[in-house]
Amino acid sequence: MNFETITAFLEMGGYAIYVFASYGLTALTLGGLLLAESRRHRAWLRRQGSVQRSEET
Amino acid sequence: MWRWFHQWGSPKFFYHRSGALLPVLALASVLILGCGVVWGLLIAPADYQQGESVRIMYVHVPAAILAQSSYAMMAIMALISLIWRLKIADAAVQTVAPIGACVTLLALATGSLWGKPMWGTYWVWDARLTSTLILFFLFAGVLALRNAAGQSQSAGRAASVLAVIGLLNLPIIKYSVDWWFTLHQPASFTLTERPAMPFSMWGPLLMMVVGFYAWFFLAWLIRLRHELVKREVRTDWVQQMIKQ
Repeated sequence: MNFETITAFLEMGGYAIYVFASYGLTALTLGGLLLAESRRHRAWLRRQGSVQRSEET
Repeated sequence: MWRWFHQWGSPKFFYHRSGALLPVLALASVLILGCGVVWGLLIAPADYQQGESVRIMYVHVPAAILAQSSYAMMAIMALISLIWRLKIADAAVQTVAPIGACVTLLALATGSLWGKPMWGTYWVWDARLTSTLILFFLFAGVLALRNAAGQSQSAGRAASVLAVIGLLNLPIIKYSVDWWFTLHQPASFTLTERPAMPFSMWGPLLMMVVGFYAWFFLAWLIRLRHELVKREVRTDWVQQMIKQ
């Protein structure tokens, strides 16, 4: 373990803003893209399902 | 070989077979990225020159590597779609472009967050940075061309031609640190030589690179599968699938 205390970890040797902003942006980009993609796909399937049902009746 | 090529070129076959890959890629990216972040953020040592800010490397370098190799993959798909008129290759170009653009932006953003404490500025018009910005515009250009004029075939071909021409930018990015006097440090990681940094640093870096790739293929596959069913919505197999 590189850090002795939690405070030392949170301070990041004075670079806390830059380090945590980088990791935060990365999490946001990677997670957000996946979430948006799978949501879009599920919404599309639902919409097509209702189109199909309305065509049958 | 040709049979294999044809099978995987068929949207229906591709859609059904590739479904099994989704949970594998999802699990791999969560596990590998999770371990990589803990390793890079908590366990890896600080740099003797850069201090703790060196931890930005574990997200910046994988993003930059992925930005360039996803462009290469897009150009290969574009070439396949130009030569063999394979529909699935055209869909692959269209769906990788936005992901590549996001990854390139991430590389630029994390790079500038690293540049501020180390160089004293968020941005300089340096050869490496500028050519990476051009990479972003190439992704955006391919995406804009592909989506222009509806979903027509000529839009697909124009986008593919641009993607292939843009390949010229990749060696420029790679050698920019050698050809011009730049602030950016030269490559710290090559396939052929032993890395100059200790294992405690290249270990987590390699892990993050692998994790980024797993994530990238997952995101690409989800998007590509969505695009394929959208294009094939009038066929029986898609209508059957919607019913279920």
